[in-house]
Amino acid sequence: MTAIFKRELRSYFRGMTGYVFIALFLAVLGIYVSAICLNYHSPKFEYIYFNTTFIFLIAVPVLSMRSIAEERRQKTDQLLYSLPISTAEIVLGKYFAMLCVFAIPVLVSCLFPLILLPFDPSGLLSLATIYSSALAYFLLGAALISIGLFMSSLTENQIIAALVSFVAMLICYLMGQLKDMLPSTAAATAIVFAFLSALLSLLVFFVTKSRTAGWLIFIVLEAPIIVISFAKTTLLEGLLPKVFGVLSVFDRFYTFADGLFDGTSIIYFLSVAALFVVFTVQSMEKRRWS
Amino acid sequence: MIEVRNLVKKYGDHAAVDDLTFTVEQGQIYGFLGPNGAGKSTTMNIITGCLAATSGEVRIDGHDIFKEPRAAKALIGYLPEQPPLYPDMTPREYLDFVAQVKGVGKKQQRAEAVLSVMEKTGIVDVQDRLIKNLSKGYKQRVGLAQAILGDPQVIILDEPTVGLDPAQIVEIRGVIKSLAEDHTVIFSSHILSEVSEICSRILIISGGKLVAEDTPEALESRFVSAPVLYATVKGDPDSIESALRSVEGVTDVELSAAKEDGTTDVTVQCASGAEVLEAISLALLQNGCLLLRMEEGRASLEDVFMELIAQEPAPQAPQDTDATPEFDADALLNGTVESAYAQHSPFDSPTEPDEEAPAAEDSPVNDTTETIDDAQEGGEADDSDL
Repeated sequence: MTAIFKRELRSYFRGMTGYVFIALFLAVLGIYVSAICLNYHSPKFEYIYFNTTFIFLIAVPVLSMRSIAEERRQKTDQLLYSLPISTAEIVLGKYFAMLCVFAIPVLVSCLFPLILLPFDPSGLLSLATIYSSALAYFLLGAALISIGLFMSSLTENQIIAALVSFVAMLICYLMGQLKDMLPSTAAATAIVFAFLSALLSLLVFFVTKSRTAGWLIFIVLEAPIIVISFAKTTLLEGLLPKVFGVLSVFDRFYTFADGLFDGTSIIYFLSVAALFVVFTVQSMEKRRWS
Repeated sequence: MIEVRNLVKKYGDHAAVDDLTFTVEQGQIYGFLGPNGAGKSTTMNIITGCLAATSGEVRIDGHDIFKEPRAAKALIGYLPEQPPLYPDMTPREYLDFVAQVKGVGKKQQRAEAVLSVMEKTGIVDVQDRLIKNLSKGYKQRVGLAQAILGDPQVIILDEPTVGLDPAQIVEIRGVIKSLAEDHTVIFSSHILSEVSEICSRILIISGGKLVAEDTPEALESRFVSAPVLYATVKGDPDSIESALRSVEGVTDVELSAAKEDGTTDVTVQCASGAEVLEAISLALLQNGCLLLRMEEGRASLEDVFMELIAQEPAPQAPQDTDATPEFDADALLNGTVESAYAQHSPFDSPTEPDEEAPAAEDSPVNDTTETIDDAQEGGEADDSDL
């Protein structure tokens, strides 16, 4: 795994990608530091993290688009498959290399409050809040990068990987607001879930080319919805915004900027990261079967 | 060393590999032969763990590639059809990376291992250039270096000589031959002369099935029909014919029309097992005819290959990972037959091509090998100039 990690890390700094990614973060963070802390004399450094989450929309796809898609295009994945190393090691090596690149701007940004300290005699800067926000900022990035990694494993075209990742980031970014617009009546919930389970079973059918598997998934998903919608309709009310709220990855971060260290969000970020790393491993394994 | 048992790989309804079973012994060079879409690359990808099989079993030195992939893959070096190179690295960095993944010791040992494979494959001079700037031949060599790095017991090469110039082909063949001293080598090719030159055993597959497995010599002799001799004789055609017919063991004689310089091309059919060469030259001399040329025609691997392939139904739409230019078995046969026909029997009446076809079919072999040999010699000369 260390070999993969080192190679990946080196390749980010051999081309432009690593530098562009870091420069993008540092430039935007710098602009916000000068605007919020220097211009408005605000001691709320954590707002800088809060206000700059939008960079993830662009920066994460830039970082992750090539990681696996490029291996496929160059057919170097054949080398990796034939070497005595597991797919999980390959994926983790790549993932940690990306985390490492991402850690650089975050660590640099951690120096900013220290520079501000001498100008803050009354002790308005809360280093605890700032650094817990920085940690959450990093974990948010880690979760999003794992999503980008997964998208990169689905295609051999970097551009498509970047676009799909961008859309995924956008959904995560906007879901906080979108979920409130979703209908919360039981009937609408049942219909949307029925639609989604149909979509999912169609997907399963196309991937496995097995009619039985598709129908099985549909029945398994659809049956509880029908049962609940007749037996206990109240359960469905308001379920839709709640379920989709899970996707609003960014919202989890905002509590940290409010000065609240939320352990469940930390676990949430770690779970999302782990989940998509596992998905990526499965997606690469699946390729050996087709 | 390698056991492949009842291997099946299906893409939808199409079986790229269909119930393939064979065993590979240690310390030999195996040639994997077959037309495109025969399942060569697919089989190799499965043996090396790049692809999963639909069913069947592959064991490398007793380790199942599907159940103990790490132990099995540690014994294999693999060069896929397209060398898997990172264009933004130099050969040395790339090989160092592969050595790390293969677990070749500490930094010092790795550097030594990398240097030794670079020397073997002749890429020391380009070790610090970016791979994307290297020529196709050098890329192929870097890929080969990667495969033999870490001294794996089995080296699997998928068409290692495709796309190289004659000098490079000769060189790569040399490397492969030198590997056989302490490795088991499997390599695929559709260049028959190459396979017969290098390999100690040949596996011919067609339509995903193993159609033959033997040594090159055994395969050739298995398909030798009655021996045929081609001769050029100077003298009176009638006396040539009577002289030849008088020799014991000669079953049939065909003469072409006499040329302007008084020579005649003769095709002599002999009974199998008959030793007639000395008797023929003696008989001709006694009849006042001069023997200018005589050669034995024998069944070549080309013939064997064509015969074996022809027995199999043509593979359907090749969904194989094979992506090389189309190799049309029939075109090869026809092409060589025609060219040989033109060269060897220029005086044959074109109205009787059917009669002459068997004779012509045997002769192209010598032709093709000759031209390839020429190319190789030329290549070697080029090389020494460098």
